[in-house]
Amino acid sequence: MTTQVSAQAAPAAGTRPRGPRRRVTRRRMLVLAAQAATFIVIFGGWQLAAQAKIVDPFFFGEPSAIVSKLISWFAQGTPYGSLGTEIWVTLQEALLGFLFGVAGGVVLGVLLGQFRFLADVAGPYIKAANALPRIVLGSIFVVWLGLGTPSKVMLAAVLVFFVVFFNAFQGVREVDGNLIANVRVLGASRIQVIRNVILPSAMTWIIASLHVAFGFAVIGAIVGEFLGAQQGLGLMISQAQGQLDANGVFAAMLVIAVIALAAEWLIGLLERRLLAWRPQSRAESPQAA
Amino acid sequence: MRTNTPSDHRIEIAGVTKRFTTPEGTVFTALQDVTMTIEPGQFCAVVGPSGCGKSTTLTMVAGLDTASEGSVTVGGSPVSGISRGTSFMFQHDALLPWKTVLGNVAMGPLFHGTAKKTALADAREWLRVVGLAGFENHHPHQLSGGMRKRVALATALINEPRILLMDEPFGALDVQTKAIMSNELLTLWDQSRPSVIFVTHDLEEAIALADKVVVMSAGPGTVKEVFDIDLPRPRGSVQEIRFGERFGELHEQIWETLRDEVTRAYAQTAGAGPDPEGAAA
Repeated sequence: MTTQVSAQAAPAAGTRPRGPRRRVTRRRMLVLAAQAATFIVIFGGWQLAAQAKIVDPFFFGEPSAIVSKLISWFAQGTPYGSLGTEIWVTLQEALLGFLFGVAGGVVLGVLLGQFRFLADVAGPYIKAANALPRIVLGSIFVVWLGLGTPSKVMLAAVLVFFVVFFNAFQGVREVDGNLIANVRVLGASRIQVIRNVILPSAMTWIIASLHVAFGFAVIGAIVGEFLGAQQGLGLMISQAQGQLDANGVFAAMLVIAVIALAAEWLIGLLERRLLAWRPQSRAESPQAA
Repeated sequence: MRTNTPSDHRIEIAGVTKRFTTPEGTVFTALQDVTMTIEPGQFCAVVGPSGCGKSTTLTMVAGLDTASEGSVTVGGSPVSGISRGTSFMFQHDALLPWKTVLGNVAMGPLFHGTAKKTALADAREWLRVVGLAGFENHHPHQLSGGMRKRVALATALINEPRILLMDEPFGALDVQTKAIMSNELLTLWDQSRPSVIFVTHDLEEAIALADKVVVMSAGPGTVKEVFDIDLPRPRGSVQEIRFGERFGELHEQIWETLRDEVTRAYAQTAGAGPDPEGAAA
């Protein structure tokens, strides 16, 4: 019995025969090549079409002009400050909103998941609040909190909150009753049950929601800046829009996309760390839940 | 291991009725006037068709649920909530998948405020006792079904229970592994002699392990008959004991009673479509 299981638990890597590995490498190269080809077709086509005036570069921009726009932002800064400052302003708003939203969502989700009475009372209000187009709350927040960071943080936090809340709530509800009964019989107090069973179990759901939640945090920050700001990537986009500067809009979009990808990567790392206990095959698909 | 004074862990279930209210508002009776006594250190097996309230009985002795009528007392005092001297081994794996094997076994002492170092040392010792030394840092999903049961057994026994409640603990195992686990359970039980209620649907397993077999009937759950198993202890291998003459007699005698119940319960579920008894099992 002992040998049987230790063999099963030993990592299989390194003992794999060479044939399959070569096949895997070849497949990966093929995928990479196809991805590069897709990039060239789309952006090369766009560039050629713009140069040949098939599409109007004034309205649709062109890749080369977008790149030179980015270079000039890097080198000479934007009209509102250096590019680094603009990125930092937006990133700060998104991050703070993300943190507050996640904290609020997890706390309230776990609380309502634990206390059925609270959940029944608060249920309709939360559903109603969720049904509102929350983006328009941004206008109210700008009125309340002014053109600075707080109004954007607030909007981002509200958007993040609902995503995380519903996942945390569901996660708590899905906890296996057997596990709870077991630790209770072993002597766990209510707090110990939450710490040892409910939070780790709901963590799968919560982490899955973080991927979407960070996207919402960025949306909140950018839209908040759209609605009224003195700095930030959102302001740059809305100004570029006002000047009919398509290249400026695309360049700012590109910067935002890079930020979002970096955040996604970080959340992926966090996920792999926190959910390391899961069986390998499931841990490999990041958004299982 | 602590030696228990024998008088403090008699289990008395007296006239217990348990009713559940379904979400639709109707009331259904899971247990009706159930009475049984398990003497200190006695190994009692409970058999019966599905839906006869075997598991419900266990949850009430564990203090996870309360009786609608009647009383459950352990060692002379009524059960009100979970008490320290009781351990429960569940039908399905109740190990925490995010904790290592060692972390799972150490939970009991840690919950009771034992220092972490002592708790981990105890857990290591118990893993050695159940034959899992070297697997401390594995996660449950890396173990076989039988090994997970050993971990669950260590998790239950580390709290030095006076009462050990087992709800079809080996139900999901293959026949050979089940036999091995049964032997080990008997050996471990013999060392500290807690009072055991062992719920099973396997009559042979019940006779091989227990001092007393309680046959329950379904719809609502009641005690139909109680049989004393006078096979000598130590029983030795559970695979071999079932070929003995006395075992055969007991088996025949109890099966006579059990068969009627199983047939009746089956006819009910098969005839009446989805019934609440089956749903509660």
